[in-house]
Amino acid sequence: MSLISNLKPGGKHGVPSSESRDPIGYLVAGLNRLAQTDLLDKVRLRKPAEQVVFSVTRSGFKTITNASRTFARKGKKGEPGTRPTPAAASGVFDLTPGEDEQMLVDVVTEFADEIVRPAAAEADKACAAPDDLLKSSLEIGLPILGIPESLGGVSEERSAMAGTLVAEALAKGDMGLAVAALAPGSVATAIGLWGTDAQQQTYLPAFSAEDGSVPAAALALTEPTVLFDVLSPSTTARRSDDGAGFVLNGTKSLVARGDSAELFVVGASLDGKPALFLVESSTEGLSVEGDPAMGVRAASMTKLVLEDVKVPADAVLGETDGSTYTQCVRLSRLAWCALAVGTAQAVLDYVTPYVKEREAFGEPIANRQSVAFMVANIAIELQGMRLLTYRAASRAAAGKDFSREVALARKACTDKGMQIGLDGVQLLGGHGFVKEHPVERWYRDLRAIGIMEGTVLV
Amino acid sequence: MSINLEVPKKHRQLVEQAHQVAMNMLRPISRKYDIAEHEYPKELDMLAAMIDGLSESGASEGAGATGVRRDENGDDKTKVKNGANLASVTSVAEMCWGDTGLLLSMPRQGLGNSAIASVANDEQLERFKGRWASMAITEPSFGSDSAAISTTAVLDGDEYVINGEKIFVTSGERSDCIVVWATLDKSLGRAAIKSFVVEKDTPGVKVERLEEKLGIRASDTAVITFTDARVSRENLLGDPEVNVEKGFAGAMATFDNTRPLVAAMAVGCARASLDLTRDLLKDAGIEVDYDKPAILQHAAAARFLQLEADWEAGRLLTLQAAWMADNRKPNSLEASMAKAKAGRVGSDVTLSCVELCASVGYSENELLEKWARDSKILDIFEGTQQIQQLIVARRILGLSSAELK
Repeated sequence: MSLISNLKPGGKHGVPSSESRDPIGYLVAGLNRLAQTDLLDKVRLRKPAEQVVFSVTRSGFKTITNASRTFARKGKKGEPGTRPTPAAASGVFDLTPGEDEQMLVDVVTEFADEIVRPAAAEADKACAAPDDLLKSSLEIGLPILGIPESLGGVSEERSAMAGTLVAEALAKGDMGLAVAALAPGSVATAIGLWGTDAQQQTYLPAFSAEDGSVPAAALALTEPTVLFDVLSPSTTARRSDDGAGFVLNGTKSLVARGDSAELFVVGASLDGKPALFLVESSTEGLSVEGDPAMGVRAASMTKLVLEDVKVPADAVLGETDGSTYTQCVRLSRLAWCALAVGTAQAVLDYVTPYVKEREAFGEPIANRQSVAFMVANIAIELQGMRLLTYRAASRAAAGKDFSREVALARKACTDKGMQIGLDGVQLLGGHGFVKEHPVERWYRDLRAIGIMEGTVLV
Repeated sequence: MSINLEVPKKHRQLVEQAHQVAMNMLRPISRKYDIAEHEYPKELDMLAAMIDGLSESGASEGAGATGVRRDENGDDKTKVKNGANLASVTSVAEMCWGDTGLLLSMPRQGLGNSAIASVANDEQLERFKGRWASMAITEPSFGSDSAAISTTAVLDGDEYVINGEKIFVTSGERSDCIVVWATLDKSLGRAAIKSFVVEKDTPGVKVERLEEKLGIRASDTAVITFTDARVSRENLLGDPEVNVEKGFAGAMATFDNTRPLVAAMAVGCARASLDLTRDLLKDAGIEVDYDKPAILQHAAAARFLQLEADWEAGRLLTLQAAWMADNRKPNSLEASMAKAKAGRVGSDVTLSCVELCASVGYSENELLEKWARDSKILDIFEGTQQIQQLIVARRILGLSSAELK
């Protein structure tokens, strides 16, 4: 390969393929290439090399998946699992959470204020959630929130509403850490909702373990594709030649805590219909790659590469006609809406005192309508987002169709959530642009809504 | 207790009735009275009689202009209530799905009736029962700044003598009486502003002219002058004392109850546009898919999704404000949020639907262009978009009107 062809500008570094280089451009590109060689390091012109350990702060660093656990097969194969009953509907319009829900929200709010928020900036930087934070998230029961009581969980009935309130409260602390803490429970909830008796008996006991050994787990639906349509994943599942199972191939992106996850739920097309597959991390052919993104960094986002991954026939979670998968997508979008509401509330709570204290032209900037109206609109749109999300959640909990409601909530949370992130930074001006204040992180996090599919679910 | 944002079971029949009335009585005469501005929609008399009948029988769940009264006593306060406020916003939205101008022309359902229901004492409530009351606040020299009222009320014996000019009086010509806002003493500022029920046949009350308008043309909008008009002191609504501490609060309390109603009007009007546009887009081969990401759908479908999401947010904020009123929770903030959101969404939805339907939307052959004209007033009266934002901002930021002007 000649130097010249190597220096073609298009398709790399964000340069569109229509670009061409003039002679000076070639010279500059060549110098830049030289500047990157080891030569400079050898004469100690560069800082000491980074530690060569796997870190999701760097993209493209590949490793095999975590292989620490095998799940012992239990339960009756093919028998339907236990299902949470739909929440009883009273028929009364009401915006008051139930007593149990309120208690849960209070506990999680305290956790978000005391533990999550103080850890957020560092976790964002490190692209990892602190171990003790994840441990204490287990103590407050996050992973078993969506699991029926009979399977070792806490919910007597379908808990989409409680899950929504919890996700909102956690995200008020930090969205990235909320995702890291909620990811295992999301997989457990999915198994509770759609698993067979065997799948539930095999996997769920690990999630209700009280010794802190709850596995990390990830719901992998997103793929690195422009104009990605979650309903048509390009990851494929084909029946293996010996008929004993399936072979999965494809790449999943933005998989939370993929490096430590011991169990994945992977979305793949089977016979042209999307379906969910349980894949244990010890399975051959799996590898993870750091995939840090603009935001939600504390969730240790990774790419999950599946190369001829063989799973048994009973690895299918739920129906293969696309219905389970679609329901999963909807419940996941609902969770992201809740995360957006919590994060947007954090923005409002932060800018409110700020604009009252910050002075310009001899008075607080809050006294100016252009500033005050921005705050008012944050409050208005935020409450709209919240009510849309609650409506979708309460319908989901009651076992009603909520496809339209969650679509509307997602649209509002995507558009208005981003606007709130944008305005949050704008209201702090230059101070909003630097990491001394958290608004720039919320700006980055809120861009995830509308992009993220899967990962969390209520 | 659990969170549920569906229209309550016990109101569904009422909503369905209102929908049938809107579809079968209002829609057929919608264009007729848009064209024949200032002509009295005589069809409404029969409808009003029917509504009165429903109300007497209790089948209306207390809905209507008077449904905004807050019942302070009785029943179990620990139980969540779905009452007249919620019934009113849901049924008003349905009626405005039919026609906003005609809803505003409904006999005995004026904003004045809402004001009376909000602040009148029991004796006044009984005395003005069955009367059609319009509301007169705005004057030629001010709009949003209600504290600038220059119409005066001077106590003379047992009567107040009222002098001044009021504009933008909805149903000013057709109503039986007018709730007039006037000051007892301009030097005492806001606290001295009181509202009075003035019978239309009172000497000195004169309807000067009717406005020609952009929209809601079925509804008459009058200029009314008061020249030494004398009303009984019993007709002052609320507390006659000038309480500087309490300031404007008494008079403004009306708005906490009427703003959700106007928000509901915007919700209803906008839904008419959304429903028809969904149909017309379908005929054109565009259907909204709620599961497929908006960005992967036809631009018209993506736009529709955005409009519908905004609309639903406005609708839920409106239900929230009414629900709070039913449960005796202070709702000034939520009422203004609902009015701000529903008001701007009303404009965005109706105008966008005209654009989506191109010349079909713009033509008088369809009602889309009419709804796009009707919706505009809903972001103006009972407090403009900007006033609502000001109220929300002051509440959220904890700033006084002196700090945040």
